[in-house]
Amino acid sequence: MTTPGDSAAEIWPLWEVFVRSNRGLSHVHVGSLHAPDETLAVRNARDLYTRRSEGVSVWVVPAAAITTSDPDAKGAFFESPAGKNYRHASYYSKSEGVKHL
Amino acid sequence: MTSTITPDTSASVAISVEEQQFNDLIEADSRIEPRDWMPEGYRKALVRQISQHAHSEIIGMQPESNWITRAPSLKRKAILMAKVQDEAGHGLYLYSAAQTLGATRDDMTDALIAGKARYSSIFNYPTPSWADMGSIGWLVDGAAICNQVPLCRASYGPYGRAMVRICKEESFHQRQGFEILLELMQGTDEQRQMAQDSVDRWYWPALMMFGPPDDDSPNSAQSMAWKIKRHSNDELRQRFVNMLVPQAAVLGITLPDPDLHFNEETQQWDLGVIDWTEFHEVLAGRGPNNAQRLQRRRDAHDEGKWVREAAAAYARKQSARTEEMVAS
Repeated sequence: MTTPGDSAAEIWPLWEVFVRSNRGLSHVHVGSLHAPDETLAVRNARDLYTRRSEGVSVWVVPAAAITTSDPDAKGAFFESPAGKNYRHASYYSKSEGVKHL
Repeated sequence: MTSTITPDTSASVAISVEEQQFNDLIEADSRIEPRDWMPEGYRKALVRQISQHAHSEIIGMQPESNWITRAPSLKRKAILMAKVQDEAGHGLYLYSAAQTLGATRDDMTDALIAGKARYSSIFNYPTPSWADMGSIGWLVDGAAICNQVPLCRASYGPYGRAMVRICKEESFHQRQGFEILLELMQGTDEQRQMAQDSVDRWYWPALMMFGPPDDDSPNSAQSMAWKIKRHSNDELRQRFVNMLVPQAAVLGITLPDPDLHFNEETQQWDLGVIDWTEFHEVLAGRGPNNAQRLQRRRDAHDEGKWVREAAAAYARKQSARTEEMVAS
């Protein structure tokens, strides 16, 4: 399955752009752009998405290289959390009042 | 008669599971994302609105880029270059958002240069004086912000996210314009006259940027039902005028509407009659600069053709070379 917008009809391929806003934080998706190759994609990403020092690092990924889950199969693909609240700390109430737990 | 008490289920029967999911997301004020099912009309309305918006940013670079070489100081020149660069960026954010709906960049560009796509009619007005850089920032970008802030909450995720970035940057545009006018208004009589003359020319076209009056805006109701738009054209226009009046007082500039007055009852500023004939004329391509703006865009596209092709050829050659190295 290809990414929407990534079309063979375009002269330059589409790239998805991820920016790390500061050391200690993850790269976050900020948008996409067109570029002929990875070198120009990084430079275009810098000019387009970091004009006001929004980042200290940029990733570019060919949009066609991204595989995603199928949204139509939402119910089946993501496990139902129903009846599984024992996966959360808040489920265990008997230790209430006990310190450092 | 039993038939009258039988509930009419024909409408609900026609709704598919996907459509119900879409309606539920809209109803819950959630967001629609690129791979979600969406009605064809919703997709079309978004592609139309987002691409028109992108074209407006791209064409909108022209009236200001005219003044980059003539800016009165190095500081103003640097500011103007940053602003025009922002507008190119805004166009690109928006084209990307439209592409997530299946539109291609090349198709959108072709529609623009073929004169088939619309863009905001405001950019078909000329910029004969430096004060126009002030009026564009204060009035045109001001109106754009008023329009765009509610679009940050548009129901289509990529559009809303693009608008968040754009709105952050637009506030610099509006303030630098206000400052240009303020400096002129604190200058000589000629400078004050230049500022007033410019505001006289831009005020009404800026009010028309919100689109036709509500009773003459065919797409508005559906767009609001889909939560793409959050407020009507007239509502946003009114909000804008209410903000402008005190700002004009700070500038010492007169808004060119003799009928403008404060309505004690509604606590709003009532405005005079807008000349919608002018709006429709400019929209139909008969504004002062329509032909020139399109021709310049067309020329830029043609002149950049060899660059696009050369970069693509270089990329192909590089990747072929990499494959050879991997194979050997």
